[in-house]
Amino acid sequence: MASLREIKSRITSTKKTKQITKAMEMVSASKLNRAEQNTKAFYPYMEKIQEVVASIASGNVQVDDPMLKSRPIKKTGYIVITSDRGLAGAYNSNVLRMVYRHIQERHTSQDEYTVIPVGRVGRDFFAKRNMPIESEIIGLADQPEFADIKDIASEAVQLYADETIDELYIYYNHYVSAITQEVQGTKLLPLSNLQSSGKQMSAYEYEPDQESILKTLLPQYAESLIYGALIDGKASEHAARMTAMKSATDNADELIGDLTLSYNRARQAAITQEITEIVGGAAALE
Amino acid sequence: MKSLTVSVVTPDGPVLEDSFQMVSCKAESGELGILPGHIPLVAPLTISVVRLKGETSNQLVAVNGGFVEVRPDKVTILAESAELPSEIDTERARRAKERAERRIQSQQDDIDFKRAELSLKRAINRLDVKKGQ
Repeated sequence: MASLREIKSRITSTKKTKQITKAMEMVSASKLNRAEQNTKAFYPYMEKIQEVVASIASGNVQVDDPMLKSRPIKKTGYIVITSDRGLAGAYNSNVLRMVYRHIQERHTSQDEYTVIPVGRVGRDFFAKRNMPIESEIIGLADQPEFADIKDIASEAVQLYADETIDELYIYYNHYVSAITQEVQGTKLLPLSNLQSSGKQMSAYEYEPDQESILKTLLPQYAESLIYGALIDGKASEHAARMTAMKSATDNADELIGDLTLSYNRARQAAITQEITEIVGGAAALE
Repeated sequence: MKSLTVSVVTPDGPVLEDSFQMVSCKAESGELGILPGHIPLVAPLTISVVRLKGETSNQLVAVNGGFVEVRPDKVTILAESAELPSEIDTERARRAKERAERRIQSQQDDIDFKRAELSLKRAINRLDVKKGQ
């Protein structure tokens, strides 16, 4: 059995770790709260832009914008949303595993795809495997604003417009609830299934005409889809970290309990031994 | 009197939602004035000032691109960013303007030039809104 002092120092260090994980859990909880608010603030914008795009797309069949038309696929782009820091449970590994598997399944050579990682963990993952990285964002704020990701979003859309890539996928953790996040991989470009469900939209007049509206509207729509995925991913990150830290705190509690028990046992054994020694000594004197 | 519900929405959240008598904004094809009962319309906007005329007071909004969606009783402006005069930091806008001007003068490659031009437009737009308050 370990000595009393050893057990005591293990208890102290576990307590300190527990304090840290507890603090991180609370920090993530408050960040998650704000991330949820951001998602809510973004929702009306997304809904409106979807409605307008859908009504334009459904109103006319002869819409012929490159962003809507699929073309033969020579190269595929992947946007992968990960976090900058670890300690978030399976958050990063889930999304990376899925992207990696899909890339292996779909492509035979490195010329056929390119990756745009968001977050340090994702960047390091792809760099280590020598996979082609088109560009990257690192050090994104915990509560990103649209302006922060505008550059990468428009760059990705531009790559598609220039025909450098012929389709664009985005992989991220979709926030379901504080304890559940789902990895999602969706095809972003070319835009498809624009038809919104149900009600008939009002027929719009277009000023100056449909084509020029689509030219400004569709990139804006694609960018907002990217932004939507990003804040969704951020909310998932905070939720995943919160859950991971919560279970770390619980585990620390359990460990401290076990250690305290064996500490008390060791103490009791030491006392018993001491008494036996004294009694033995006294008996020898008689 | 008839009125229009105007909402200005950005990815970072709604900026404004209120009822007004008239909206005047600058679309890419020219100035647009919208009164209640307008036919449904969609038009892209330039980086410009949107003037909202209310019963008693007027409201200005600095809009950074985006587009306007009009329905007979409702106008929605969807922009990447939009600011009310009270939210604009004059000092920051002025600094951004100077920075953009310097960059335009130094004339590097095309992309930088375009970017600087856009940010100059945004800065001037913000200052205009602040002045016109």
